[in-house]
Amino acid sequence: MMRKISYLMAVNEALSEEMARDKNVVLFGEDVGIFGGCFGVTQGLFNKFGSERIKDTPISETAIIGLAVGSAATGIRPVAELMFMDFAGVAMDEILNQAAKMRYMFGGKAKLPLVIRMPYGAGISAAAQHSQSLEAWFTHIPGLKVVMPSTPYDVKGLLKSSIRDDNPVIFLEHKVLYGASGEVPEDEYLIPLGKGDIKKEGKDVTVVATGMMVHKALEAASNLEGEGISVEVIDPRTLVPLDEGIIINSVKKTGRVVITHEAPKRSGFGAEISAIIAEKAFPYLKKGIVRICGKDTPVPFSPPLEQFYIPQTQDIINGIKYVMG
Amino acid sequence: MEKEEMISMLEKMIRIRKFEERVVDLFAKGKIPGFVHSYIGEEAVAVGACSVLKDNDFITSTHRGHGHLIAKGGNLNYMMAELYGKKTGYCKGKGGSMHIADLDLGILGANGIVGAGLPIAIGSGLSIKVRGTDQVTVCFFGDGASNRGTFHESLNVASIWKLPVVFMNENNHYAISFSQKKSMAIPNISDRATAYGIPGLTVDGNDVIAVYEAVKEAVKRARNGEGPTLIEAKTYRYRGHFEGDPTTYRSREEVEDWKKKDPINVFEDKLLARDFITKKEIEDIEKEVVDEVEETVKFAEESPYPNPEETLEDVYA
Repeated sequence: MMRKISYLMAVNEALSEEMARDKNVVLFGEDVGIFGGCFGVTQGLFNKFGSERIKDTPISETAIIGLAVGSAATGIRPVAELMFMDFAGVAMDEILNQAAKMRYMFGGKAKLPLVIRMPYGAGISAAAQHSQSLEAWFTHIPGLKVVMPSTPYDVKGLLKSSIRDDNPVIFLEHKVLYGASGEVPEDEYLIPLGKGDIKKEGKDVTVVATGMMVHKALEAASNLEGEGISVEVIDPRTLVPLDEGIIINSVKKTGRVVITHEAPKRSGFGAEISAIIAEKAFPYLKKGIVRICGKDTPVPFSPPLEQFYIPQTQDIINGIKYVMG
Repeated sequence: MEKEEMISMLEKMIRIRKFEERVVDLFAKGKIPGFVHSYIGEEAVAVGACSVLKDNDFITSTHRGHGHLIAKGGNLNYMMAELYGKKTGYCKGKGGSMHIADLDLGILGANGIVGAGLPIAIGSGLSIKVRGTDQVTVCFFGDGASNRGTFHESLNVASIWKLPVVFMNENNHYAISFSQKKSMAIPNISDRATAYGIPGLTVDGNDVIAVYEAVKEAVKRARNGEGPTLIEAKTYRYRGHFEGDPTTYRSREEVEDWKKKDPINVFEDKLLARDFITKKEIEDIEKEVVDEVEETVKFAEESPYPNPEETLEDVYA
């Protein structure tokens, strides 16, 4: 049987392997050194690679992303960590106007092989400034790639590919998933960006889910099996580039769609997926598209409030039953 | 300094002046779209600083970047074509005046965001350290940029990591209309170096040799692994912030006073006094440079526009 490791250790292994493979891979961020990262993701790397390649920065998010942009443009492969995705606002110019646009503005003459890792997501009562899922901000900026893995296997293979990619990659790690365990081979493997995954095959309804919601969608699918509803769960894994084909093919098969993400529904990435389905598979739809998403509020602190904010398995079940009705 | 090197510096300053004068003229005639920020009056800073550098050293530039690009050896034809939005331009018409770059010459780009070059400059400094070369980066930025958080974060990180970066402040005394006197409570931007534990000095930004000497020392420190330096060069832009700026925020007298200290005239007088050059030789340089600039206009005007479909290219590598 294949070994199981946590999502957190899968990220750690990907970083460690890529740093061992390529001396131009350098990692920096707040408390990533001897402390091992706020969530423990970079534990052990400082001792392995030393202070020249694992660099603690001051609390200077603007400088962190600027370091990534300037160093990537001049020949190395930086992996920058923002301690929480919510802090991206502090460094937004460096992401929006520098990293994303430099290659284009220079007529294709620059290469920016950089990764910005951002822990995101709600579920630990971290409140409104430490719990957001802001992926839609970044998918709306041409020039960035956006990766959002849901399992230990995916996070490792996709992070390794992201580090080897010659473009700026926003790499999202759900903080609640850090503790999740899953099968990860000992041998090296890569997962290409832009390739979605069918997490469970089914024939009656397609659920397109991202991040944490993949697990809730699988739970919903399993619960509904007893009721004779066959649910197909699609995890796009990367939002940019997006594997439209895997979604469209599934919709053509089932004709029923539920889209679920943790971010607020309004202008969330689900709206994009919904529009793509409407444009490319409308004649196949037997029922209107349903979105099961976070509330259009900041993420609240108190556990009952926070759980109300986050889409739950039952909400997804209700959505599936609605489109089946 | 050798006589030849000084004459070459004068020639570069004249090249910037003549290029910019022509650009201003072409913009007024509606030949150049977008915005143009003229470097006229500040030539000594770019030329003094870049004359210290090797081809593989880096610079980061600003929205007022034409002078930096020319001083670092940028190709005038490609520059002018880019200003016109032509396919033969540095960025194939995708960038324009504020985004010209030449990575082969270490020019990491002009930048449309004030103060955005500083974090990029420290990134290049980190890359130099990781790759273990003896390159340096000269980071140009203005007085306005030194009030941005990017300035403070970048100087601090460069200082603690001893990055090989020279922070080259061009204090032209105005952030668009807001004078430095009103935008900060200290007389010299270089005073801020103290806060980061790095050397800071102010030089006459209209004296190309003063800029050169200061940058030379700072570059030596940087290459020796001693870390960054903040140099403030006090200078003046003759034109408005952008072409079309009515400059109601400053007096005619102030402008005339600065023109008496014109960086090119001052340097020419020095070279003439030392018999390094004759008036005739200066006129010959001017004539040659004017011809060169006219060639760039011809090149730009005869070049094709990019095909509209090219909009879709170069987003991703």
